[in-house]
Amino acid sequence: MTSTLSPQIRMANDIAVQFHHLPADEAVEAITKHIRMFWDPRMKAELQRLATEDSGSFDPLALAAAKQLSG
Amino acid sequence: MGLLKEHDLGTPAQPGPATVSVEIDGVPVTVPEGTSVMRAAAMTGTDIPKLCATDSLQAFGSCRLCLVEIDGKKGTPASCTTPVAEGMKVRTQTPRLEKLRQGVMELYISDHPLDCLTCSANGDCELQDMSGVVGLRQVRYGYEGENHLDAPKDTSNPYFDFDASKCIVCSRCVRACDEVQGTFALTIEGRGFDSKVSPGAGELFMDSECVSCGACVQACPTATLEEKSVVDLGMPTRTVLTTCAYCGVGCSFKAELRGDELVRMVPHKDGGANEGHSCVKGRFAFGYATHPDRQLKPMIREKITDEWREVDWETAISYTAEKFRDIQARHGVGAIGGITSSRCTNEEVYVVQKMVRAAFGNNNVDTCARVCHSPTGYGLKQTFGTSAGTQDFRSVAQSDVIVVIGANPTDGHPVFASRMKRRLREGAKLIVIDPRRIDLVRSPHIEAEHHLQLAPGTNVAVVNAMAHVVVTEGLVDREFVDARCEDFDSWAEFIAQPEYSPEATEEITGVPARELRAAARLYATAGNGAIYYGLGVTEHSQGSTMVMGMANLAMACGNIGREGVGVNPLRGQNNVQGSCDMGSFPHELSGYRHVSDDAVREVFEKLWERPILAEPGLRIPNMFDAAVDGTFRGLFVQGEDIAQSDPNTGHVNAALGAMELVVVQDLFLNETAKFAHVFLPGTSFLEKDGTFTNAERRINRVRPVMTPKTGKDEWRVACEIAQAMGYDMHYDHPRDIMAEIAAVTPTFAGVSFEKLDKLGSVQWPCNDTAPEGTPVMHVDSFVRGKGKFVQTPFVATRERSTRKFPLILTTGRILSQYNVGAQTRRTANVAWHPEDVLEIHPHDADVRGISDGDEVTLSSRVGTTTLRARIADRMPVGVVYTTFHHPVTGANVVTTENSDWATNCPEYKVTAVQVGLKHAASAHQDARDEQPALAD
Repeated sequence: MTSTLSPQIRMANDIAVQFHHLPADEAVEAITKHIRMFWDPRMKAELQRLATEDSGSFDPLALAAAKQLSG
Repeated sequence: MGLLKEHDLGTPAQPGPATVSVEIDGVPVTVPEGTSVMRAAAMTGTDIPKLCATDSLQAFGSCRLCLVEIDGKKGTPASCTTPVAEGMKVRTQTPRLEKLRQGVMELYISDHPLDCLTCSANGDCELQDMSGVVGLRQVRYGYEGENHLDAPKDTSNPYFDFDASKCIVCSRCVRACDEVQGTFALTIEGRGFDSKVSPGAGELFMDSECVSCGACVQACPTATLEEKSVVDLGMPTRTVLTTCAYCGVGCSFKAELRGDELVRMVPHKDGGANEGHSCVKGRFAFGYATHPDRQLKPMIREKITDEWREVDWETAISYTAEKFRDIQARHGVGAIGGITSSRCTNEEVYVVQKMVRAAFGNNNVDTCARVCHSPTGYGLKQTFGTSAGTQDFRSVAQSDVIVVIGANPTDGHPVFASRMKRRLREGAKLIVIDPRRIDLVRSPHIEAEHHLQLAPGTNVAVVNAMAHVVVTEGLVDREFVDARCEDFDSWAEFIAQPEYSPEATEEITGVPARELRAAARLYATAGNGAIYYGLGVTEHSQGSTMVMGMANLAMACGNIGREGVGVNPLRGQNNVQGSCDMGSFPHELSGYRHVSDDAVREVFEKLWERPILAEPGLRIPNMFDAAVDGTFRGLFVQGEDIAQSDPNTGHVNAALGAMELVVVQDLFLNETAKFAHVFLPGTSFLEKDGTFTNAERRINRVRPVMTPKTGKDEWRVACEIAQAMGYDMHYDHPRDIMAEIAAVTPTFAGVSFEKLDKLGSVQWPCNDTAPEGTPVMHVDSFVRGKGKFVQTPFVATRERSTRKFPLILTTGRILSQYNVGAQTRRTANVAWHPEDVLEIHPHDADVRGISDGDEVTLSSRVGTTTLRARIADRMPVGVVYTTFHHPVTGANVVTTENSDWATNCPEYKVTAVQVGLKHAASAHQDARDEQPALAD
């Protein structure tokens, strides 16, 4: 079976885990920056929507970054 | 031009600044120390007669035709093996020498068929030429004595014949195989009169270890080794210089034609990338360009279940434009996009990305590099400041230790592999980091000092452990790091943690700690250390991390910024580098500049007179996801078979099937075309006019050998679609496109067709600072200023072997085939690789009851296919391997959605699978069988 996570959550979690070695605030900053630099607007919007509706599926750092995207 | 024949100076050039002055037939000449008398004479314009000598091979001194007289020396030494000495006075033409040479020629001709007028090499035979040069008028020995005229002819190779009756046993073929190609497949068998050239132990060429690179054919001075195409079509009469369209080495070729018919492709001696060498694909496998499978007329259809309808270009283009506009009107500007091709020229790629950004009005453009080297782009940009290999290919000749990671150069990049092997035979050390025992690990006269046979998916753990050794054992080049880099201290603290030691990572990687420590010490201390890598690095969930890890290691050891060192991606396709340079990524404009940079956007907006979005568009995998979601509904695909080459075929097919408009521009009705509504016939490299950029950033000219068989240049198609969509995009010639590229791209500012025609090629950056290009990058400073150390934690892939899928599949390619095989499957190369096979370790086969040659099923959590098993111990227990050249196998049916965290490059190299004996065809193959019209 394929991953049941939405592609946006899966990709955000994949990014987040690469920054787990950093202090949380630095990690969230790095994840947010990466998503801003490389994601299409509709993917970012979908990630933000999912951060509200399916937050339990997120890596905590990815969730924090998703919420920071709108900032 | 007429037929281009390069001047053969007889022996190779000698390096070094020291010179020697001599006199040849009274003409003074100054040449590098060590130069042969033969070469020095050739440099004065005097070609001494020769048969066994050629300037691509070391002097051999066997034919005795090149004898000369030297003042103060006894006898008549061979000029090819005699080096010049200061003040030497040489005579190349005397009655004594004439008589000796005639005597030698008499012996040769007495045992040679006298069929010159009907011989296929008539006019291109050095034996024939030399007979004339030495003034041979008679053969006193007669022709009735014992001879070799009945020697058998070997026609087993599909591309060339070996006619032993015409062989003069000069050994040029044997030496070419040894010195140039490095395969050592040929030998001289027997002694004295019985001496003969033999592939292996009396085998046929096709059954031997010969790799059909063509070096022997090129070296042969007679018709003994000759292309079948020359035998069939006759001797060519004119030359067009162009560039190969296969791998990222980008070899220069002389396309030799007879009238308008292409007879053969001969590697160009002055080609910067290949310097006269070739491989079986570039040299021989060009027949696909004229294959009857090519679709030469545009076609359209409303639904993919409809029959195709051939239409004229105008109809196809207006239909495409109308449909794209209609989708945008109903679903928004961002509902369509395009994919550029690494098989197309820079100019063709540039106009497609411009069509997307300016005419479509979005940044939904990506390129097939997404699925191969996009992590290179990310990783090298973060650490060095730009997305490119640091060296030219020649640089490897200065390396003392060569690290090959996740690459199989002898199959994937054979011409560069020959350079590398030459350096290894000279004594450079080799470290191979690969789960598979590739040929380089142990081949004739080469043996890797260390083969780190790591578990698939653990690259980062290995490179971190190597860096750990360098940092903790005091092997860092502090002078380089202090002067040239930043963020070293925090990185060093990070990498020195015990969890990154070889001992701690041994259980994860499977690499013995002692072996890894020895490899790290060797790389750090052996002198010039060079890293070469391929898709075994990038196509992982941590592909980008690994690229940064290698960059860290190179910087820590000071192995950047001079000849012999560097971090070098071996690019898979001919123009991967170029397609990326041209702004094909959705987040970057040409020259790797982010779309969010206002100043950069302004340059393009001013020239293009259209606004450019400041946010990135969709990448290829994101396009597929968005198509399944219904927000992405139209796609232009330039020369790329995404339905075969991209991972998780089921998902790709679902995405393509969900779109309203799929436009495919290609040579053939490929797998993707099954989902297409518009087919726009593309042009082969033999019809293109433009440039390719190879893995060493070398921009080479691609010149048309024939007019487009489709009736339209490919670059015009994108322009005309843009125009039909209301955006005025017009060029008169590809040189005008390059002029625009140069105007908007600082690293290309000095590039023009005129300069390329004058210099042959240039390596970017090419601008006012480096008007003739840049062979080695980051010499005094990095492109980003200071080289940046980036912390690279190892994060294991989520793809794990399980009870249900206990094996790990990794994929690669083979010498005779190329990627999805659309080209090479339509040539005689299928003789070497008619089908994809699954390499499986004897233990894994045994426990499953699998014998060599059995048909087996290969299943992962996303799909199943079937193929034939080959028992091989190249792979460790628990790992299986296959290629992806044949659509009937569809290796990507089983690969998954996992991808590199930074770039979404698919994780082709790690898929958990199960293998069992086959009982039925897979659903993938059943589906293909139902569409016989599109079977391969």
